[in-house]
Amino acid sequence: MQRFVDLTLNGVTYGMIYAVFALAIVLIWRATRIVNFAQGAQAMVTTYIAATLVEHQANYWLAVVVALASGLVIGGVIERVIVRPVEKGPVLNPVIVTLGTLVALEALAGIIWGGGLRSFPAYFSQIGVVVGKHRLAFSHFDIYVLVAIVSVMVLLVLLFRFTPLGLRMRASAFAPEVARLLGVRVGRMLTLGWALAGVVGALAGVLVAPKLLLSPNFMDAVFIYGFTAAVIGGLDSPLGAVVGGLATGLALSYVGGYLGSTLEALGALAMLMVVLMLRPQGVFTRVTSREV
Amino acid sequence: MTTAKRTGIRRLAGTVAVLAAAAIVAAACSSSTNNAGGSSNGGTVAALPNNTQGVTSSTITIGATTPQTGPAAPGYSEIAPATNAYFKYANDHGGIFGRKINYVVYDDAYDPSKTATLTRQLVLQNNIFADVEPLGTPTVLQVKDFLKTEGVPAVYVASGCNCWNDPALPYTFGWQPPYTDEGKILGQYVTQHLSGQKVGYLYQDDEFGQDGVKGLDQQISGSNVVSRQTYTATPQALAAGLGSQMSALKSAGAQVVVMYTIPAATALAMLAAATIGYHPQWVISSVGSDPPTLTGLLGSFSHGAAGATLLNGVISEAYLPPLTDAANPWIVGFKKILSTYDPGAPWDGNTEYGVVLGYTFVQALQAAGHNLTRSALVSAIEQHGSTFLNPGLVPFTFSKSNHYGYQGGQMVQLENGGQTINTLGGRLVATINGPITTETAPLSTPPANFGS
Amino acid sequence: MALPGTTGSAGTSGPAGARGRMPAWVWKLRLPRQPMIRHLVLAVAGGAVLFGITSAVGSYDDYQVAQIGFTAVAIAGLSLLTGANGQISLGQGAFIMVGAYGAGMVLVHTGLPVFVALIVGVAVSAAAGVVIGLPASRLRGPYLAGMTLALAIGLPALPLKYSSTFAGEQGLSINPLQPPGTVDPQRWLAWYVLLAVLIMLVLMGNLMRSRFGRAFKAVRDDEVAAALSGISVMRTHVLAFAVSAGAAGLAGGLRGLATGGVVPDAFSVALSISLLAGMVLGGTGSLLGAWWGAAILVYAPQWATSVANSLHLRQGQGSNLALLFYGVVLVVVVLLVPSGVQGALRKLAGWLAQFAGQPSQLAGVSTGTVVHKGEEGP
Repeated sequence: MQRFVDLTLNGVTYGMIYAVFALAIVLIWRATRIVNFAQGAQAMVTTYIAATLVEHQANYWLAVVVALASGLVIGGVIERVIVRPVEKGPVLNPVIVTLGTLVALEALAGIIWGGGLRSFPAYFSQIGVVVGKHRLAFSHFDIYVLVAIVSVMVLLVLLFRFTPLGLRMRASAFAPEVARLLGVRVGRMLTLGWALAGVVGALAGVLVAPKLLLSPNFMDAVFIYGFTAAVIGGLDSPLGAVVGGLATGLALSYVGGYLGSTLEALGALAMLMVVLMLRPQGVFTRVTSREV
Repeated sequence: MTTAKRTGIRRLAGTVAVLAAAAIVAAACSSSTNNAGGSSNGGTVAALPNNTQGVTSSTITIGATTPQTGPAAPGYSEIAPATNAYFKYANDHGGIFGRKINYVVYDDAYDPSKTATLTRQLVLQNNIFADVEPLGTPTVLQVKDFLKTEGVPAVYVASGCNCWNDPALPYTFGWQPPYTDEGKILGQYVTQHLSGQKVGYLYQDDEFGQDGVKGLDQQISGSNVVSRQTYTATPQALAAGLGSQMSALKSAGAQVVVMYTIPAATALAMLAAATIGYHPQWVISSVGSDPPTLTGLLGSFSHGAAGATLLNGVISEAYLPPLTDAANPWIVGFKKILSTYDPGAPWDGNTEYGVVLGYTFVQALQAAGHNLTRSALVSAIEQHGSTFLNPGLVPFTFSKSNHYGYQGGQMVQLENGGQTINTLGGRLVATINGPITTETAPLSTPPANFGS
Repeated sequence: MALPGTTGSAGTSGPAGARGRMPAWVWKLRLPRQPMIRHLVLAVAGGAVLFGITSAVGSYDDYQVAQIGFTAVAIAGLSLLTGANGQISLGQGAFIMVGAYGAGMVLVHTGLPVFVALIVGVAVSAAAGVVIGLPASRLRGPYLAGMTLALAIGLPALPLKYSSTFAGEQGLSINPLQPPGTVDPQRWLAWYVLLAVLIMLVLMGNLMRSRFGRAFKAVRDDEVAAALSGISVMRTHVLAFAVSAGAAGLAGGLRGLATGGVVPDAFSVALSISLLAGMVLGGTGSLLGAWWGAAILVYAPQWATSVANSLHLRQGQGSNLALLFYGVVLVVVVLLVPSGVQGALRKLAGWLAQFAGQPSQLAGVSTGTVVHKGEEGP
């Protein structure tokens, strides 16, 4: 029983991180209908920036704020400079361009910061809290992560659903021509979408780094599982991203715990296939189908 | 017949014709049949093909494939530059019989298909004399047969797989202790000094971990092992953490946990264990216990709490002189060489490995003599390898029938957050299937002014 | 091979003066119209050129030609799938792995000839393509991408899990081809690979010219209209997956022969992603583009490494710099030449033809074009 509880909490902890990542992916998708494969690498760069500050004795919260700000800038710049020219045209080109950005960013990080592993501090204790007689696999730090994620999700929902800015962003994604006619600065909305996603990604980076150890490739797997989570939940739904993230984390934890870690990735694949067979557009997407 | 039918039949006929032609051609070429894989033809060693390739009167060109980028790069990418640092030092001091070493290293990112390509580039385009310190088990296994067919010696493979002492691979040599060997010595320590305690294993689910466990099982009785946990070394699996394995070990009540893990996994395991308040006696393979690496990784764990204290009491095994032994003239010399020829490199287990291996290769070149050929190199290691001047704690065991290098080690314990390395007991030597004995020969000293 | 919609014959327009400068028969040269013959002619011509090249260059260059060969057939399979679905598959590497293990198991456990093993690899892979294609046929866009990505990551776990059958992490060890006489082994390998690849490409080209190919294009252009005209959308998608996987299976078997083994580590996600990049760089939807893409994938890392090494940096810096070049090249080439090398060449040929006074005939020459939509320009 204890094992089940530990596995569940472990799954929730990692699942939350995949959820934050999924939120960033959903954000970009809703803003530009593109999947940003460089999302993980961007978060890696901002986390390295924060780590460098911390290593030079800066305050943890200052480092986090700097990471978020640099995430904003990097996200916006990538959209404006690299992605904008290929936003129209074949669907594959933005994919390749973001993949190229991924490779370049990881190489750049290797050059600037060296290929070695390093650690990143967690501001709160990572030792599990004691409830009654048991020590749970859930710590103050994990509570902080949970709070951060729920806040981000709520903020995103509020932004998109209830603010004029959110409406403009959604319009720019779905009907750019019409939006332009109505006076919306479509280009700026797209850049803003990517910039915001960069912030969310940067947050994911500083939340996950204490558990994972920094290296130029450390966000690759998080991106992959975050993308899986976003697909499961439906790329248009922030709530779906969070639910998908938790589901992915739990699935990986249970499969790894009861069936062995070799099968973890297969477990995620199986879950993805089952979900997509039942709901080909993710669980929370409102499906508009064309049946013949 | 309708036009459509005629076109269809014509198409069908055409397709059949192509396939038939292909079958005929392929059958004619079936002189290229393959035999079943898994070469082992007894290994008759004749003179090596291209015996002097890569050797001129002034240079020796050697090569290697190592991971410089990608998930396996952290740590391992330091090894080849450290080896090259020693080669540069040797070049600056007259070379070997007047020849300077040119070390061509390619990045295979630990991907065996890249290793296959790059090794062919080294052999067919760079014309290397020997493949020196190629890193990894699946990577080098991919090219072992190619190297053998081309007659290229694979010298001091950077892997502890039990595969490098194979009569079917007459020009291939290991260098570091095979994992099973080390497992035996760790196992003996656990049985003798931690008797009566419940033991758990955490090991990497591949050659590395499985070979290590074979050695442990030779010494630790099965009834004492309460849990065996594995992990896969893929980035995806590590990204999910080692929490479930640690919780399994804790619920099984393991008081001693033996880890056959790479440093990243060691750190993740210790972090996960600390999270659930689990503090067993850690016994870690030398591969995963490099103190500077671990200290860096655990350093900022938890607000304020010095994570490096998690390392106190960790037991491991070493076959090279302890990094922190400032009185050891070998250490002093090697550090000087590194700071001159590989500035910016850290001084840790990886760079120590690299620079000592480079030293050993130069020994082999010198023993091979002025008339440098591939067969001379192979014979030199077989006949003189066990008497090379050796910085390590245990002797080399190279011989005509044994292509392993180090086979043994000394138990050590970390204290002071990993800053202090204390030795435990004597230096032990063991072959994979033989008994464990204590080494009594004194440690060697380098020549005067070593490193200057 | 003219674009659909243009006539196959030249000479219906163009300034009369230009034609007088060259002998008349040059302008009447065109490829045979019957697809099978046309493809065979092109394949034989291409094969002859490659044979000449491989006979003239050195051993390692021959090995690289072999690499280009099997990479090209993998990219061609992906091109067919992308052309048919218009969507992204990130899982081609998984099918390559299936084919590699299929062929490898035959080679290791039986004494059957190599080409039988390759055919088994293709068949097993195509079957896997059907199995995956069935659920995948319902997915679109990023959802398909997500599923194929999960496939690329998850499938390599199977040989590790069943390591007693599949030799686990060590993998299968495959003996190299035995060349006859004194032929260099790498050269023999190159010839063998090229022969197998050309045969597969001819078959794929014919498929695209058949009613199945037309069904692919119809489904890609408008699913509803295709369904209304009686084409089964699901079956078309599944067939596309099967053929694409079969091509990947051949690539896998040949790759195993070339590298001498089949190891799970050699089929990482990076493989699938690099094939996708190669396809786009070479020109999506074009069989000739697959060759350009393959050439880029084989030569670019080497070029990047030698440039980086010439700067004499410390070891790790050099490799990272090479990777940086590679990433930047990916971005820059797609930004500058969105339709890939083949698309750029086609445009260039068009300009040249106009310059020489000849209309679209030359511009229409594109070997074995699989699909034509949308890739000609931004």
